[in-house]
Amino acid sequence: MDSTRKEWLLNALIAGALFAVPLWAWLANEPFIITLATRIAILAIAAVGLNIALGLGGMVSFGHALYLGLGGYVAGIAAHHAFHGTEVLGLPGTNQMLPIWALAMVLSGLVAGVVGALSLRTSGIFFIMITLAFAQMGFFFALSWPAYGGEDGLPIFVRNQFPGLNTARPWDMFLLAYAVLMLCLLAFAGLRAARFGAALMAIRQNPDRAAALGISPFGIKLVGFVLSGMITGLAGAMMADLTRFVSPAMMAWTVSGELIVIIILGGVGRLFGPVAGAAILVGFEVFFGGLTEHWKLWLGLVLLGVVLFARGGLIGLLAGRVRHGG
Amino acid sequence: MADDILALHGLSRAFGALKATDDVSLTLRRGEIHALIGPNGAGKSTLMGLVSGKLAPDRGTVWLEGRDITRLSVAARARAGLGRSFQVSSLIPEYSALRNVMLALQGRAGHSYRFLRPVMRDQALISGARAILARVGLGPRASVEAAVLSHGERRLLEIAMALALSPKCFLLDEPMAGLGAEGTKQLVTFLHGLKQDAPILLIEHDMDAVFQLADRISVLVYGRIIATGSAAEIRANPQVRAVYLGTEDSL
Ligand SMILES: Nc1ncnc2c1ncn2[C@@H]1O[C@H](COP(=O)(O)OP(=O)(O)OP(=O)(O)O)[C@@H](O)[C@H]1O
Ligand SMILES: [Mg+2]
Repeated sequence: MDSTRKEWLLNALIAGALFAVPLWAWLANEPFIITLATRIAILAIAAVGLNIALGLGGMVSFGHALYLGLGGYVAGIAAHHAFHGTEVLGLPGTNQMLPIWALAMVLSGLVAGVVGALSLRTSGIFFIMITLAFAQMGFFFALSWPAYGGEDGLPIFVRNQFPGLNTARPWDMFLLAYAVLMLCLLAFAGLRAARFGAALMAIRQNPDRAAALGISPFGIKLVGFVLSGMITGLAGAMMADLTRFVSPAMMAWTVSGELIVIIILGGVGRLFGPVAGAAILVGFEVFFGGLTEHWKLWLGLVLLGVVLFARGGLIGLLAGRVRHGG
Repeated sequence: MADDILALHGLSRAFGALKATDDVSLTLRRGEIHALIGPNGAGKSTLMGLVSGKLAPDRGTVWLEGRDITRLSVAARARAGLGRSFQVSSLIPEYSALRNVMLALQGRAGHSYRFLRPVMRDQALISGARAILARVGLGPRASVEAAVLSHGERRLLEIAMALALSPKCFLLDEPMAGLGAEGTKQLVTFLHGLKQDAPILLIEHDMDAVFQLADRISVLVYGRIIATGSAAEIRANPQVRAVYLGTEDSL
């Protein structure tokens, strides 16, 4: 079986498992497991966003927690004003997820546009440091902004609504997260296969060659970075709704690191890498987190093993390397 | 002149105290191969960098079909009609030969902000790329990754990518480097035909190839052009003999 077929089979398997396990939990009345699967799905959405920048474009953003946090605060602030019946910047609050998601994506996209425009002229360690610096600015801004809870964060008393679903029920919330994840994966696969993806992946490998072919690396990378931030911002809004809480911790640099770890564990640039990686991370947290406080140490060792012996992450290990043939 | 496709006016570029390009002016006319020769470190690749836009000149201008392109980026110059190959093969290593050429066709069309249609279902792109690969003799190697092509095949793929740009002129930096006798012979024949597509500014160390191919030759020494002329004129030029080739019999 060639590696492309293998990868599709593996992807179908992962997608199936991520649906079957919470389905079983729903039937067996185990809401904790459903919520765990929802968390995996939402983390995976965030990582799908980062996978555009990091996986396709080779832009190692160490600040994607910024977009996660932005999305989270959009959801939190909208719900806060809806709950209290007050206005923000002349607009009423809302407890509807769809407009919240739209706003989260637009805002994240705009901020990613600014960050990208200022950082994409650099590369390597400088790029990593600049993206980190912007995320830290967001973190400290949220920390020192008392109107929305400051360091205490902002609770979402009633989970925001989605037409036709009862989002307060774990199973409904899972279905929503799962559907959005599938849509994001579809978008990722689509743009990767299209001319845009061909250009973005080429620029990662050889920007000088791309430029000599008339493809401007800066413009393509900037658009990739903006799309990347938008999807991670969407995940942030959903994450805040899942935990019904948003705080500056969502923008901490460790969160940016976790998103990178997810992608490396799952497989950089691979379609289902973020899903596999998120499942591994959450799985580790749950199983080893219960046994030892030092579960992150063990995770670090696994990460080291992946970097040294399985560069393609779990997907690469099981499905072989990518082929851009034809 | 109307027949000048490419014109360089007084280009200079220094690296610190080193004048790598020193007041260079030259033209490339429709239908010709203009060879640029000179000893190692003479500044040939630097000049190529100034023309392609990789390097900014300290002084001077670059004109393409009467348009000043000196301020354009590398990508904008490529879209304006410069098709270059690199001295050290510069390909997209993980892409197959076919996809490398498809990327060039995509760059030529200027349609890289398309998010929906898969390139591998774009028959125009695929058949266009296949035709170009066939023309340089890489047809059977279309699905091989660039990283595992042989050195000679990589040189040909460089040319195929330049060809895919349907440029107004070609800038080829030592396309024969490391090709061996047989490969060089084939490439000489190929370049002879290629100049009908567009004129070629050719950097080359292989003197036999240069004298067979070039309609005009410019000799670059320490960043300066010391002579320009036909093969016969260059052969006969005493300054060239003395400064560049040293020994008389090597011409
Ligand atoms: N980026 C740079 N920074 C500093 N010096 C440079 C740079 N690029 C080239 N040089 C110097 O400029 C001079 C011209 O180099 P260039 O590569 O243009 O020569 P060349 O004629 O192409 O040589 P070769 O035949 O070996 O390819 C050399 O002395 C080189 O060391
Ligand atoms: Mg050179």
